[in-house]
Amino acid sequence: MRLAGMIRKEWLQILRDPSSIAIAFLMPVVLLFLFGYGVSLDAKDIPLGFVIDSPDGNTASFRASFDHSDFFRPKRFNSIQDAQQALAERRIDGIIWLRSNFSSQLLSGLDAPIAIRVNAVDANQARITQGYIQGAWLSWLSQYARQHGRSLPLPVAMEQRVWFNAALISRHYLVPGLVAIIMTLTGSLLTAMVVAREWERGTMEALMVTPLNMREMLVGKLVPYFFLGMGGMLFTVALAVWQFDVPFRGSFLALLGASALFMLVALALGLLISIVSRNQFVAGQVAIIVTFLPAFILSGFIFDINSMPAPIQMVTHVVPARYLVSILQSLFLAGDVWPVYWANMGGMGVLLVILTLVVRRKAYKGTFD
Amino acid sequence: MSQPALILRDVHKSFGSGERRLCALDGVSIQVAPGSVTGLIGPDGAGKTTLMRLCCGLLKMDGGSIEVLGLDAAQQPAEVQAAVGYMPQRFGLYEDLSVQENLDLYADLQGVPKDDRPERYARLMEMTRLAPFTSRLAGKLSGGMKQKLGLACALVRPPRLLLLDEPTVGVDPVSRRELWEIVYTQVQEEGMSVLLSTAYLDEAERCDEVILLHKGKVLGQASPGRFSEEMVGRVWEVAAEGLRPRRLQAELARHPGIDDAIINGDRVRIISSQGYQPQAGTLLPTVQGLRLEAAAPRFEDAFVDRLADPDEAQRATPEINKLAPAERTGNPIEVEKLERRFGDFVAVKRISFSVGRGEIFGLLGANGAGKTTTFRMLCGLLPLSSGRVSVAGHDLRTAAARARGRIGYMAQKFSLYANLTVAQNLRFFSAAYKLRGSRQQERIEWALDGFELASYADTNAGTLPLGYKQRLAFAAALMHEPEILFLDEPTSGVDPLARREFWARTNALAEAGVTVLVTTHFMEEADYCDRLVIMAEGAVLAEGTPHEIRARARTPDNPAPSMEDAFIALVQGRETAA
Repeated sequence: MRLAGMIRKEWLQILRDPSSIAIAFLMPVVLLFLFGYGVSLDAKDIPLGFVIDSPDGNTASFRASFDHSDFFRPKRFNSIQDAQQALAERRIDGIIWLRSNFSSQLLSGLDAPIAIRVNAVDANQARITQGYIQGAWLSWLSQYARQHGRSLPLPVAMEQRVWFNAALISRHYLVPGLVAIIMTLTGSLLTAMVVAREWERGTMEALMVTPLNMREMLVGKLVPYFFLGMGGMLFTVALAVWQFDVPFRGSFLALLGASALFMLVALALGLLISIVSRNQFVAGQVAIIVTFLPAFILSGFIFDINSMPAPIQMVTHVVPARYLVSILQSLFLAGDVWPVYWANMGGMGVLLVILTLVVRRKAYKGTFD
Repeated sequence: MSQPALILRDVHKSFGSGERRLCALDGVSIQVAPGSVTGLIGPDGAGKTTLMRLCCGLLKMDGGSIEVLGLDAAQQPAEVQAAVGYMPQRFGLYEDLSVQENLDLYADLQGVPKDDRPERYARLMEMTRLAPFTSRLAGKLSGGMKQKLGLACALVRPPRLLLLDEPTVGVDPVSRRELWEIVYTQVQEEGMSVLLSTAYLDEAERCDEVILLHKGKVLGQASPGRFSEEMVGRVWEVAAEGLRPRRLQAELARHPGIDDAIINGDRVRIISSQGYQPQAGTLLPTVQGLRLEAAAPRFEDAFVDRLADPDEAQRATPEINKLAPAERTGNPIEVEKLERRFGDFVAVKRISFSVGRGEIFGLLGANGAGKTTTFRMLCGLLPLSSGRVSVAGHDLRTAAARARGRIGYMAQKFSLYANLTVAQNLRFFSAAYKLRGSRQQERIEWALDGFELASYADTNAGTLPLGYKQRLAFAAALMHEPEILFLDEPTSGVDPLARREFWARTNALAEAGVTVLVTTHFMEEADYCDRLVIMAEGAVLAEGTPHEIRARARTPDNPAPSMEDAFIALVQGRETAA
């Protein structure tokens, strides 16, 4: 009866407080649209400057191969100085310079060199641009060679296949990761705030003097938010699959299992924060710094964990979102890859056990001292 | 039944550590008799809340033992919590749940069987008169109704021991009476034992027994009558023809043979020093037609007598420069048909009043009556919905900074910078009012000397005792010698001694020609005002001198009603009219 009363009360509070509904259901929409449409890690429409010292048929053909690409937006400059000026002013992101010996080199040895300048302020973008230009150059050269019945003097030919995300659409790997971010928000941020609110409004003092014990109190708090978080998760997945056309290749049960386990970890973390801080504002700040930001940065959601420095890679192991992001990315794009699944479930399980132990210790000590 | 409901033996509790260690309870030993109401009385910071929390097992004590209904509070906190009813100071109501949902929650938590509930609910709703509001959200109830609901929740399963932590703070007098009725009904019908803490001294007399707590020590435990008995022969009431009580009180307070003088209706109530027998003829030789009568001592007299520390200069009042006679005519404060709405809610309903120069004008009412909203509009902190306000001939919302420079303002929570020292606070506030150089220095010295703050000049304001904080806030508001002073709930949460000090100072200001507007929810303080308005639910119920307002409640049964009687009569009169 006590537990039921507590759960009923939490539900009523959730229903009457628009902000918790907003975090669970509006936030996913906002984040999905932001990351689904707004943020893209693909190189597209890169403004490029072309400097052609002595134009002829070959240079025109080379340039034309860029005109028809989705990746570039070429622009002609008369001199390298003009182009460099444009680069400095960020009107273009790179320069391709075909010197006067382009055609003669091409005829003599098929090794027509081009000069590339790339604005490397954004190193990532620069690397992508550079790679794309190189690819375009090589493909033009081999095409030229084929047309002229000659073979390209390359030692090995590269045949590339892209697996799991064949179209290389970054959205397909960002959106599954978002599910983990959104669940972190509902699980940790919301829980941290609602328990802190009880302290702040003095209702905790009244609850503590009822026969309600700590376990019932915590379970009563967690059950409604567990379902709220799972609801938010299903909603996000539905949006991802039907609105953003992200493929879902794994099994639904595996998804439910992984997110349920993650939700428990997130809730435990939220509880721990609120027990320590007891003030809504501080709890919110701490939850964002301790759960949301690491989930964003250190989970492999955007930044690849393997390319992080070793000490940071160690730190990512205590970020629960890292395990879920990894499971989700494989569930969505590759299907049920059980070794990956169980390894990550194990990671979350260990975190859950540790957090539960800490919460229990802290909560039982949780009096007014 | 002879077994005490609650026994504390040599209980010690302190918070913090090292230099900042604060001793909250220092060797407290008390007993609470079963089937009675025991009052725990003491000023703020006396240790009342700490004691309550210890009794519920919410805090761990440093030493001693507490036995609650035969259970050890330290060893069996869960059993203790299951056996007692406890209502914390900020009662744990869920403001986003309705009255009924709050009751259901606590009934679930207390394990009240479903079949027993309808009857219990009906009884509680009848006692609290909340029956018409069961579906209203708790957050939308008035302060008094919230408190009654809180009590109902604590009583949903009748406990054998009920602990109430300041249940009547800030509650209007009508609700206060109702709360007391509910408590006594429980004691009589259920044989419940009640421990109730309060800072209102008049409530002590409603208790069967009183425990006086001060600075973590028990100063005495006895029936309120026993406390008063000690004062027999030392309490008098003085009146003089043609001399306003305020002036008379100021004269009497300076008399060496008088320990305490307060205004009580049209008379002044004094406590004479031990062994001094005042005579009407010789008490104040300069005053004509003085009448002196022995009065029945009250609990407050005993309280003040026990607590007043002769070493502590309680009446630190600085010299106040007389204001030049007004060069402008007209009232310094004029309010006409003032209204303020928040959405559909009308917080202040077309009120009008005016305040004359050198007057102390009171805005009286319970929490939520619209005092603070009115006050903020007067100070220009809140725009008006309609109506007209003029302060020193200006509307402060649009007036130049120069007009604001003529008013002083002391906010409810003393807005001081807690981590600046006393001297730094004074320097900041004087600079904010554009005092510079030698003039600033002079005013800071005036404040430090006049308010006896010099020894605290380098102490952080946050660590000052409450009474000194109040002095500092007062000094800060007076740095620029304002002609109009706004004081918002200056005496809320302040012990009776500091309240006396406050009124002595305010009197001195009014004597010097400063116009003072003050809000308070202490009804008895109304008698310090020259004129006042009583507000309830945003409207003015009555305006006039304290004498006039009290006269309205005069009945054959009650020929000398108190301000509280008058307030209750006014509110009830309004309800029957509606």
